[in-house]
Amino acid sequence: MTKQVTLTIDGKQVTVADGMLVIDAAKTAGIDIPVFCYHPKMEPVGMCRQCMVEIGRPMIDRATGKAILDDKGDPKVQFMPKLETACTNPVSEGMVVLTQSDKAKAGQKANLEFLLTSHPLDCPICDKGGECALQDLTIAHGPGQSRYLYDEKMHLAKNVPLGELIFLDQERCIQCARCIRFQDEIAGDAVIDFDERGRSTQIVSLSDPGFDSVFSGNTTDICPVGALTTADFRFGARPWELNASASICSQCPVGCNLTFNTRREAMADGTIVIKRVMPRQNEEVNETWICDKGRFAYHYVESDARLGKSLIRKDGRLARASWDAATRAAGQAFAEAKKNFVVLASGRLSNEDLFNLKSLADQVGGKAVLYSNMGGGDLTALVGVGAGTNFGEMGKGTTIVVMASDLYEEAPIWYLRVKQAAERGATLIVANPRETKLERYSDFVIRYSYGDEVKTVQDLTKKGKVGDAFTKAENAVILFGSEGLGLEGSTALATACARALNDTEHVGKPNNGLIGVWQRANDQGAWEIGFRPEENLAAALKGKTVYVVGADPAGDDPALAKALSSAEFVAVQDLFETETAKLADVVLAAQAYTEREGTFTSGERRVQRFYPAVPALGESKPDYAITSQVARQMGVILEGTSASVVFDIMAADIPVFAGLNYARLAEVKEQWPIVGRGDMYYGGSTYENKQGLGVQLSNAASRGEKATLPRVQKVAAVRPKENKLLAVPFTKLYDRGATVASTELLDQRIGQAFVVLHPSAAKNLGIEAGERAKLTLDGINEEVVVKIDDTIPAGVVLVPRSMGLPINEPGEAGLKAGKKAAVR
Amino acid sequence: MASVILRHREIPDINKLNIYKKNGGFVAFKNAVTKMQPSEVTDVVKNSGLRGRGGAGFPTGVKWSFIDNKNWPHYVVANADESEPGTFKDREIMESNPFQFLEGVALASYAVGANAAYVYLRGEFWQVAAFLDEKIAEMEAAGYLGENLFGTEYSLKIYTHLGAGAYICGEETAMLESIEGKRGQPRIRPPFPAVYGLYGKPTVVNNVETLTNLPLIIQNGADWYKSLGTPDSAGVKIFSLSGRVRKPGNYELPFGTTFRQLIYEHGGGILDGHPVKAIMPAGASSSFILVDDKVLNTPMDYASVRTLGADLGSASVIVIDDTVSIDWVINKTIHFFKHESCGKCTPCREGTYWMMHLIDRIHKNGHSKADVDLLLNVARQMQNKCLCPLGEFSTMAVVTGIERFSQDFKVVSRNS
Amino acid sequence: MSLAKKYSKEVKQILSKYPAEHKRSAVMPLLYLAQREEGYINKEAMQEIGKLLDITETEVASIVGFYTLYHDKKEGKYRMQVCTDLPCALRGADQFMESLCEHLGIKVGETTADGLITLESVTCLAGCDKAPMFQLQSPDGLEYHENMTVDKTMELIEALKKSGTEVK
Ligand SMILES: Cc1cc2nc3c(=O)[nH]c(=O)nc-3n(C[C@H](O)[C@H](O)[C@H](O)COP(=O)(O)O)c2cc1C
Ligand code: SF4
Ligand code: FES
Repeated sequence: MTKQVTLTIDGKQVTVADGMLVIDAAKTAGIDIPVFCYHPKMEPVGMCRQCMVEIGRPMIDRATGKAILDDKGDPKVQFMPKLETACTNPVSEGMVVLTQSDKAKAGQKANLEFLLTSHPLDCPICDKGGECALQDLTIAHGPGQSRYLYDEKMHLAKNVPLGELIFLDQERCIQCARCIRFQDEIAGDAVIDFDERGRSTQIVSLSDPGFDSVFSGNTTDICPVGALTTADFRFGARPWELNASASICSQCPVGCNLTFNTRREAMADGTIVIKRVMPRQNEEVNETWICDKGRFAYHYVESDARLGKSLIRKDGRLARASWDAATRAAGQAFAEAKKNFVVLASGRLSNEDLFNLKSLADQVGGKAVLYSNMGGGDLTALVGVGAGTNFGEMGKGTTIVVMASDLYEEAPIWYLRVKQAAERGATLIVANPRETKLERYSDFVIRYSYGDEVKTVQDLTKKGKVGDAFTKAENAVILFGSEGLGLEGSTALATACARALNDTEHVGKPNNGLIGVWQRANDQGAWEIGFRPEENLAAALKGKTVYVVGADPAGDDPALAKALSSAEFVAVQDLFETETAKLADVVLAAQAYTEREGTFTSGERRVQRFYPAVPALGESKPDYAITSQVARQMGVILEGTSASVVFDIMAADIPVFAGLNYARLAEVKEQWPIVGRGDMYYGGSTYENKQGLGVQLSNAASRGEKATLPRVQKVAAVRPKENKLLAVPFTKLYDRGATVASTELLDQRIGQAFVVLHPSAAKNLGIEAGERAKLTLDGINEEVVVKIDDTIPAGVVLVPRSMGLPINEPGEAGLKAGKKAAVR
Repeated sequence: MASVILRHREIPDINKLNIYKKNGGFVAFKNAVTKMQPSEVTDVVKNSGLRGRGGAGFPTGVKWSFIDNKNWPHYVVANADESEPGTFKDREIMESNPFQFLEGVALASYAVGANAAYVYLRGEFWQVAAFLDEKIAEMEAAGYLGENLFGTEYSLKIYTHLGAGAYICGEETAMLESIEGKRGQPRIRPPFPAVYGLYGKPTVVNNVETLTNLPLIIQNGADWYKSLGTPDSAGVKIFSLSGRVRKPGNYELPFGTTFRQLIYEHGGGILDGHPVKAIMPAGASSSFILVDDKVLNTPMDYASVRTLGADLGSASVIVIDDTVSIDWVINKTIHFFKHESCGKCTPCREGTYWMMHLIDRIHKNGHSKADVDLLLNVARQMQNKCLCPLGEFSTMAVVTGIERFSQDFKVVSRNS
Repeated sequence: MSLAKKYSKEVKQILSKYPAEHKRSAVMPLLYLAQREEGYINKEAMQEIGKLLDITETEVASIVGFYTLYHDKKEGKYRMQVCTDLPCALRGADQFMESLCEHLGIKVGETTADGLITLESVTCLAGCDKAPMFQLQSPDGLEYHENMTVDKTMELIEALKKSGTEVK
């Protein structure tokens, strides 16, 4: 344990770890020293000068090295003549700190007055009003009257877009550099900085697009004033009018803890709507941050296109139906289908939804199919990271391997946490056929060819520098993705990864094991519950009775549309009238996850609860409840009224969930840094976690069971052929998926359908950057924009997933230059 | 007495390598590298009583001994930023006696075990930097810089680095940031550069004049140097004399020379025979000294000047006569500091800006007592709160000007 | 224009001054190099320097913005930067500046109609004993002119005009 020291702050004895800063020590003792520039997650810079306090240190006799004592035998304390900044001074034994003395208060007050000379004091129209450090501190300590002439204030631009997502009010900025330091130190995207100097200092961004970082929204949380606001929330509401509901982000497998801020809104016909998404602290998951997709892409839940009612096909058209009629129709079809019944569900659903669906499939004797092109979830269940795993604790001694995944695009908060672990000394190995951002922080980069994934992983256990870094590591984690891979390839990759970890005994312990970088928030949960993807999905659907839940296969892939049109019966349960719904016999209106309770299982196998934030739309119901109603029509009893009871039944049924219940998932413990208590500025306006940190599942290895791992399947890897292009799928953050595309704010970042080519390939084809071309893929012709990138291999064309191009696995593609468009 | 630093005034062409060599050039460096331990060099400098000439007057040898020997590599940075209004001595040294300066850099580097040294010149010294680059190349060609010097293990390279117009880069940690390719904004100290300097490595930063003393100190010994000044302030100092004197310029004089000697004997007295009204002994950062006979007879050394309520600093003596009103002077200094405030910390960024408004108002509208009082109050309110000394410097002339020359702030109105 | 191509030798020499892992240090000298082209630094140059040094163009712009000798806008071919700081002002720099303005027919901060001279007032240049003085910043360097008079200055300007290099 680190050495402890005892000091006195405002007369209170405090014992803390040696090396802690005075400001943090005070915080642990419940004393809030005012700060602007200091943030507990960043290096102190001592530049705003707000945290001035008096500091005294015991006098030491130079000759003996012992403390000098006064008449009473107490150590003599010598105070510095100047005030000192609490944010830059570490504690020491016997230190005496005065935060409330006349001198300290005068210093803090003086500094506030200086800050206010340039501040517009437009609090009545400021988005930060109510959670503003400057406002709070001014009320607490500020001068009652201004000695500064209003006319002499600097008048500056108030609506400066740093990009289309974040706006700067130059007048309100107090130059604390929190935002700049966050982007540089924590996010690693130094795309905003100060221009000019002195009183002219202003924040600028020159990147294209402006403020080009997927973490940009966090700067608005830590901005201590209303200088930085999001395009989404600005002018939307006053913070004190907002209600807060705890939730979990549904956009990727990280499972960031969120808070939905809601308000009853006249403009929305008096209904309650989401005004903004804020991070909620969970130091083991997302700390105090979230990515911009999680922050901005929630608008799909309030889209006009949402289904409010259930539908039945009548005379060839879908017509409004009662719940009873719709569920009866579905139930009848399912019961008749027996072995021909297929549930096709995605990881967008909660554990409870998936459990009821799986139970139904089992009852009827049908199949529960996971809508996914990525395999290996059975292996993460066996040798997934052990309970207690925390990227925040990884450092020296831990090796992290990122395999076939671009974490910045696929799971941004993992990117951030892996980067920080690497900066703390963890060994980072990044393996990908093309350059990815994370490489900047890596110790080893492995550049393999698409198709060589398995071999690359197998080489990790061989001798050599990279091999030693992996095999000899005290702890090792592999994050594997599906870059360039389909189901078969990713399953083989996962198997190879699992074996490598198992062979080197990096399983069954915290901070060891396998993590899948899934495409959906609850893919891991679906695997744990027993869903499995199908290698040949089209064939598996043909002629069957299909219950499609939370997925749009027909919209994603024409081949699947075809298979579904020749299905026996199709029931669709969704938020939208999707392309698949248009083919359906029955459509059941599901609630969005913001309207109900449930749990997700993250990629790190942490089960976490989300809570209702807004009232349900129309007649929609939670998925688990709809399934229960359908079942009832078939004479099957499934719990349908309470998510927590469904969870209890699941916990009794599936061993890995044993012992868990909603109460346990809602447990919290004290976290560092302390956020949200007396002040909103020390840690930013991130929400304190009062609703649960979740529980990480155990795995076979940690339960001491011997994991028998399958052999690595032989995959006939497809490779670029001469004069042919190999199309490989990759994932980008902002895509046209159903949970992103409805957010207009992101249109610019989503962009048009595109592919990426190496300059040499582009030259061969006579295509220039930005031009349109015709892509032939899997028998489909699509017009795409061509981007050129010299950091990708030459013989491939990179095709983004979920951008309207049907790409499930690597395969041959054709690309033809389109009509010459003017090059921008 | 022969010059110690401005030797070009007696030895023409000392800026040529062979002439410098003929006059004892590089003897000290060669001796140090081949015959002395680095710590011995440091000891000689410690014993000589040499104090930093960049302004703070910190004992040079003591500073070197703080260098952290557990963390390598080490660096030496020569501070040739020379941007304090009224200071123009380092430029003359580098232009006219460049080898002695560079030999000083080399000695300091040897003493602290640095294999690379940077000379940070203010951007305006573009031509000086080009000139130094030539001199460095000549030294390399002659075997005074480079690998395995004089057949020993010791290697040294010296590089120039040009600033680009920012007074704050004279502050040592801002200078290090600037060399690192960042905005020249000061770092929190501690840690001091001797522990955490350039690229986070232990670094010694010394002023050009400080360094230029070294060759002769090593050659002639600590006692020789000590014998030149006063007990408190050893050796000689270059006084940059400017303002209302007949003969402004650099004067190399032993510490302890009086203000009267500097202004009247060397500077030729005041223009048009006016009396001296005030002295700013350390450029625009100084406190004002209200001048009388006693002041003129005060010896210029660190301790004596302090008894006058001011610091000797870099000894950039700006002389103000009775034709000049002090409010006009502080108008100049406030505008200077407002322009040069780096903007990192609140009191300086906002305070200099506020003071500028106040002094402008005072000048435009005539002196209202309320504005003068507020100006004094704002300056006092800034004191002891800034991150680096620049903000503190900006208040010196304001506070001492209003306090010591109250009659200059009594005029009720004035035509603008 | 690519700096790395056009000035490959200089770029290499500049980079060699600093440890390889700290190449960001080269940003200031590289900016001077970029400024040689047109007397100011455009966005493309900032982008290129950023790429060369593994920093963002925003970080490069931040450096340009902090230091007064870098410019991001086109102005006069020569910048005549007169020191009007305290020591020079005690020796008549303000009056010198005023009559320069009269002679050139422009105000401080403005550029002559022919685009030759931008007149600027600057802080101390370490030439206090030789006031009035100014420095002349041109795309490829800086020159001090000390102990100046208005007549001498106007002669200099005439010479610059004639010096053949066409003024755009
Ligand atoms: C605002 C400011 C400006 C300074 N400017 C200079 C300068 O131009 N030249 C210089 O040598 N020291 C300057 N200094 C002092 C340096 O920080 C540093 O103390 C000095 O270079 C140390 O060298 P020395 O010990 O040889 O004096 C300045 C300090 C401050 C706070
Ligand atoms: S005192 Fe002035 S120069 Fe120094 S850090 Fe503060 S703002 Fe910058
Ligand atoms: S200086 Fe301590 S919080 Fe800003």
